Amino acid sequence: MRTRRNRYDLRVPLLTTTALTRTFGPVTAVSELTLAIEPGVVGLIGANGAGKSTLIKMLLGLLPATSGSATVLDLDVATRGEAIRERVGYMPEHDCLPPDVSATEVVVHLAKMSGLPTTAARERAADTLRHVGLYEERYRPIGGYSTGMRQRVKLAQALVHDPRLVLLDEPTNGLDPAGRDEMLGLIRRIGVDFGISVLVSSHLLGELERVCDHVVVIDGGRLLRSTSTADVTSASGVLVAEVDERADDVTALLVGAQLTARVSGRTIEITFAGDDTYDHVRDAVAQLGVGLVRMERRRHHMAEMFTGPDAGQAGEKQ
Amino acid sequence: MTANAATPANPGAPGAPGAPQTGAIHDIGYRHYDGARLGRGYIVRSLYLDSLRGGFGLGRSAKSKVVPLLLLAAMCLPALVIAIVAAATKATSLPGGYHAYVLNLEVLVAIYVAALAPASVSRDLRFRFISLYLSRPLRRSDYVFAKFTGLASAVFVVLAAPLTILFVGALLAKLPLADQIRGYLAALAGAVVFALVLAGIGLVIAAVTPRRGLGIAAIISVLIVLIGVSGAAQSIANERGADTAAGYFGLISPFSLVQGLQTWLLDQENPLPAGPPGTVGGLVFAGVTVVLVAGCYGLLLLRYRKVSVS
Repeated sequence: MRTRRNRYDLRVPLLTTTALTRTFGPVTAVSELTLAIEPGVVGLIGANGAGKSTLIKMLLGLLPATSGSATVLDLDVATRGEAIRERVGYMPEHDCLPPDVSATEVVVHLAKMSGLPTTAARERAADTLRHVGLYEERYRPIGGYSTGMRQRVKLAQALVHDPRLVLLDEPTNGLDPAGRDEMLGLIRRIGVDFGISVLVSSHLLGELERVCDHVVVIDGGRLLRSTSTADVTSASGVLVAEVDERADDVTALLVGAQLTARVSGRTIEITFAGDDTYDHVRDAVAQLGVGLVRMERRRHHMAEMFTGPDAGQAGEKQ
Repeated sequence: MTANAATPANPGAPGAPGAPQTGAIHDIGYRHYDGARLGRGYIVRSLYLDSLRGGFGLGRSAKSKVVPLLLLAAMCLPALVIAIVAAATKATSLPGGYHAYVLNLEVLVAIYVAALAPASVSRDLRFRFISLYLSRPLRRSDYVFAKFTGLASAVFVVLAAPLTILFVGALLAKLPLADQIRGYLAALAGAVVFALVLAGIGLVIAAVTPRRGLGIAAIISVLIVLIGVSGAAQSIANERGADTAAGYFGLISPFSLVQGLQTWLLDQENPLPAGPPGTVGGLVFAGVTVVLVAGCYGLLLLRYRKVSVS
C-alpha cells in the first residue's frame, strides 16, 4: 500500500501563472504575474505586503483572480480548487491552533479532513509528528507549547496527507535563530528526502538561499526575478582560506607555487585553479605550522541580485 | 577531499560518500501515503461526528466534558424519578407525560445550547483554526452543514434521552402501549424541531462572537430573555382576555414557538398560558418555525462566506 516515491514527479509543472492579477478595490496585490516553476524547493521572497499571501491563497483556489490564470500541479485554480487542496498542504502564517487539544488530536482530525480513513489518519499523524521533531510532547495540550513547537505542529498538519506540494507562508516567523535553522533544515528535508515540492515564503532573502532550488522575488505584486538558486549562488572563482597567524608568509608560499593570492587580514583570497589549489594551501600551512581555520570556495550571494556582486562580497565579510 | 577513509565499521560516520548504508541516516523512513483518499462525503461525515461528539465534550479535555454531562444528567433526573414512581405505584398514566417535558426544563436546555454552540464554532474562529479546514477539500457550506447538523443532533440526544427514560418507565409500569408509543414518537418529533431551532439560534450568535465566554453569555441572555418576555406577555394578555394576542405572543420564545406548533399539530392539551389561535395561528407558527430555521442556516452560510483564510 505504501511505496517510496523518488524525488519529485517531474512530468507535471509545479505551478504556472499567466498574467495573474488580483486587486482589492484600489489596491493591486498581485499584478500581471507570469511564472512557470518546476518541482523542487521554491522560495517566494518579498517584503511585507508584496503580495505573497495573496498569491498563496490564489494558488489554493480560495481567492479568485481578478484576471489572468494559474495552475497548480496542472490543475486550474479557478475550477479545480478542491482537487488542488486534496493534493496540496498549507501552513498559514498566523497562529491557528486551538490550545485545549493535543498535537496528536489536531493532526489526526485534520488528516481525516483531508480524506484519510481513521486508521491511516492515526498512523500518518504519528509518523508526521515524529518527522517534524515532536515526540512525547505531542500528547500534551497545545496551549503549553513554545512557538517553535507550534510551528512544527502547523507544518505537520500540512504534511499529514502526504501532499505533492506544501505551501508554507512565512514558516520562520517568530522563531529564534536556532529554531529558524531547524525549520529551514526541515524544509530542505521535505524537499530533498521526502520528495515533496515546497513553496516557502519569507521576507528574508538570506535564509531562503540556503534551502531553495529556485527563488521568485516579488515586490508590490510584480515579479522582480524568477531564477534558479544554482545560477545565483554558483561557486565563484575564488577560494578563501583563513589562517590563525602568519597570513603574509602563507600567501608568499602560495604565490611561489604559481598561484594568484591576495591577503586581507587573516584571510587569503586565492584564485581557484583546479583541485590542486586545495593541496597547495594544505602544504603551505603544514610547512609553516600555522592553523587553518577554514577553507572554502566563495559563493555568490543572492543579495547580489539586488546590489551587484561587489556589494555582496563586501557584505559577506561584515 | 580524499575519500580514503570510509570505515564500514562505523556506519554512523557522516559524510562517507559512496557508502550505501549511510543513505538510511538521512531518510529516517519517510513513507509516502498511497492508501485511500475518501471524498467530501466522508470528510463532511467526519466533521459532523466530531461536532456531535464535541456536544458532549467527547474527544475534548476532561474539563469540557463536565458541563454537558452534568446538564444531560440534570435533564434525565426528573424523568428517572417519574419513571420510577410510575413503575412503583402502578400509575394509570405518566405523571406530566411526554408532551411538556422539554418545555418544563427549557432553562436547562437553553444553558446546554449556550454552553455547546460556542464550543463548536467560536473556537475555530477565535483561534483561526478555520483556515486549516478551508485549505482542505471541503467547502464553506460543508463546514456549516456539518456544524449545524452536529449541534442539532447533540441537542436532540439531550432532549431524547429523558423522553426515552420516560418511555421505558411507562413500559415497566405496563401502561397502554399504543398510547405510550404515540406520545413518545410525537415528543421525539417535537425534539427534532426543538433541536433545529435551538441549534440555529445558538450557532448564529456563536458565529459572530469569537470569544467563547461572550458567546455563552449572549446565547443564554437571548434565550432566557425571550422565554421571560414571551411568558409575561402571554400571561398579561390572557388576564385581559385578549386570547388571540396571548396565542401569538408565544411566537416570541423559541420554546413556546415549537411547543405551540407541537400542540397544534398533535391536537394536544396546551401546557402554555395560550397556544396558537386556531388553524391560522397553527399555520403561522409552522411558517415562523420554518423561516427561523432556514433564516439561521442562511445567516450562517453568509457569515462563513466572509471568513478569511488568513
